[in-house]
Amino acid sequence: MRRILAVLLENEAGSLSRVANLFSARGINIESLAVTPTPDETLSRMTIVTFGDDRVLEQITKQLHKLVDVVTVVDMTGQNHVEREMALIKLRLRDEGCVDDLQRVNKVYRGRIADVSALCYTSEVVGTSEEIDAYLAAMAEHEVVEVVRSGPLGIARGEQMLSIRQNE
Amino acid sequence: MDNLKQSSNPETEELTGAEIFTRCLVEEGATTVFGYPGGAVLHIYDELHKQKEVDHILVRHEQGAAHAAEGFAKSTGKVGVVLVTSGPGATNAVTGIADAYMDSVPLVVFTGQVRTALIGNDAFQEVDTVGITRPCVKHNILVKKVEDLPLAIKRAFHIAGTGRPGPVVVDIPKDVTEQSMVFSYPQDPDMRSYQPTIDGHAGQIKRAAKLIAKAERPIIYSGGGVISSNAHEELTEFTRLTGFPITNTLMGLGAYPGTDPQFIQMLGMHGSYEANMAMHHSDVLIAVGARFDDRITGRLDGFCPYAKVIHIDVDPSSISKNFRAHVPVVGDARKVLRALTDELRDGKYTIPDVSAWWGQIGEWAKKDSFAYQQDMDGEIKPQYVLDQLYKQTDGDAFVTSDVGQHQMWVAQLYKFTQPRRWINSGGLGTMGFGLPAAMGVQLAHPDAQVCCVTGEASIQMCIQELSTCRQYGLPIKIINLNNRYMGMVRQWQDFFYDSRYAMSYMDALPDFVKLAESYGHVGMKIEKPKDVEPALREILSLKDRLVFADFVTDPRENVFPMIAPGAAHNEMILS
Repeated sequence: MRRILAVLLENEAGSLSRVANLFSARGINIESLAVTPTPDETLSRMTIVTFGDDRVLEQITKQLHKLVDVVTVVDMTGQNHVEREMALIKLRLRDEGCVDDLQRVNKVYRGRIADVSALCYTSEVVGTSEEIDAYLAAMAEHEVVEVVRSGPLGIARGEQMLSIRQNE
Repeated sequence: MDNLKQSSNPETEELTGAEIFTRCLVEEGATTVFGYPGGAVLHIYDELHKQKEVDHILVRHEQGAAHAAEGFAKSTGKVGVVLVTSGPGATNAVTGIADAYMDSVPLVVFTGQVRTALIGNDAFQEVDTVGITRPCVKHNILVKKVEDLPLAIKRAFHIAGTGRPGPVVVDIPKDVTEQSMVFSYPQDPDMRSYQPTIDGHAGQIKRAAKLIAKAERPIIYSGGGVISSNAHEELTEFTRLTGFPITNTLMGLGAYPGTDPQFIQMLGMHGSYEANMAMHHSDVLIAVGARFDDRITGRLDGFCPYAKVIHIDVDPSSISKNFRAHVPVVGDARKVLRALTDELRDGKYTIPDVSAWWGQIGEWAKKDSFAYQQDMDGEIKPQYVLDQLYKQTDGDAFVTSDVGQHQMWVAQLYKFTQPRRWINSGGLGTMGFGLPAAMGVQLAHPDAQVCCVTGEASIQMCIQELSTCRQYGLPIKIINLNNRYMGMVRQWQDFFYDSRYAMSYMDALPDFVKLAESYGHVGMKIEKPKDVEPALREILSLKDRLVFADFVTDPRENVFPMIAPGAAHNEMILS
């Protein structure tokens, strides 16, 4: 089962590798991981997507907590949350029909063209991971030469917030 | 850094990082350090040389330093301290660090590092110590400037010694030890992200008490966590109050008196028949400070099939990791056992009558599964040596061991009645642990009888420490059960590889008597069963000397009973 975790941790050298190490040491794959400092610069926030049953998730959550640098861990899978991923997609143009298709698909998925050259168009699209999958499927007949995806970011809906004191 | 300013020890004089290092150790009461010098830590060694409050014990290999610090820590409950240089100094210590991590031993390991300007340049004796040790430490810290050193040390001791204990590595570049600052020691480790849960949840304790009151076939299964949290008295009180049978893990031996009738011996792969059968048939399992390791559980889908599990542990990740707990209680074993005992005494519960259950356990115990036969005209049985050692030390010695058959025989036959007397490598199973660990124990307890039970294979993995023992006059008694095989490997090859002894024989052994003598110790060789008793009497009476006693034992003896890997508790091999 797909899981999405939100983690607050000390913004220190090595914190990221501790988390990455933990997953590999326990034989669990990280599907995606997005990490940046929060407005409070002493903290970083991670969104981790992984796969596992309840037992695996319970264990990985506990192990994350056990890391001295980790302040808060929340499994957002079961919670009402907003998820967004961004992708940059480079197409090689074969004919004019290509651009028409691109604009049509961009309209459906709220994509936009971020860069143009004589031979290639790069479009950006933001949505859930499924929407980006669908966008790519819609462009499948064209020559997609490069795709880069951020991995999802997640945030709880409504008034719920990820805070330092979440787990106390 | 704020709380530095509030420290109670204001001074205006500037100290170097190396001076600050020794001052911090004194502040932590860490006055015994096991280590080995080298380029990156020379400033620190120079400071150690100038002062008298911190004793430094010079080992002969950094692995020995880490194990000695473990022996010191396990036998005292204090944090053990290691100091090694960068590069090979650090990598040599890694085995000991990993060992401490697996067995939850509180250590602070200081490693020298190349100058900050050289980090990442593949400098001489540079390794990424923080990277190498990351998977086998509770935490590690690279100190990048002297201003960070006091708080890093404060935190290291705090993290190592609290919650579930473990090793913390503090990596100190050489230039940090020569930079200077006005020193003050922080009073508070100031950590928002590290706050172990100590008190058990009151509701969970009530649920546990309810389950206990309804038990018909209960068993208490306690591990090393009881010893770490100094909960032996609370465990004994709880066990006596309930009248339930109790079994200990390898790491938990001594937390409950091994001579008590409620004690049904160690459980697990080489545990007693009655302990494993009682586990298998139990309806309520009370696990305290134990982690359901694979050497305990055997095949998980055949483990305790009828039991409701109460699991008390300070580390939430130990609970329901391998086996689902029905009533998890996160907290310090001592606090939780105290609260659970008080709850049961409250009058709301009736302690169940488990006499029928005891009758069944008594039947299982008749198998006498640790029994052995010593033919006085035959070869020395290793068990006989340990039996005699137990009798002649009145069960009161500190016993360290290496890893393998001899370790299991000590665990089976030496009835420890106090915690922190049995010092061995359980989780990592590190051959070479026994002798350096015994050094740490002997230094912490100078007048105590300290015995290192080992084999001719294990002892050679850290035998260089005989030199350290000579330097510091450590009168350890080495009981070498010499069967000319890596006994446990040979046993598995007997059972699972049609007795093809691939590389498990010990050829070209040294003359251990002469070897001991060359280091300035007493060496003895004992070859006949009738000599065992008088030899041990002599060995143990040599109070001021290290004695290396080489017992030539039966090479074919196997450890029984045994649960084969992949088997369940009710599928034991008895002989």
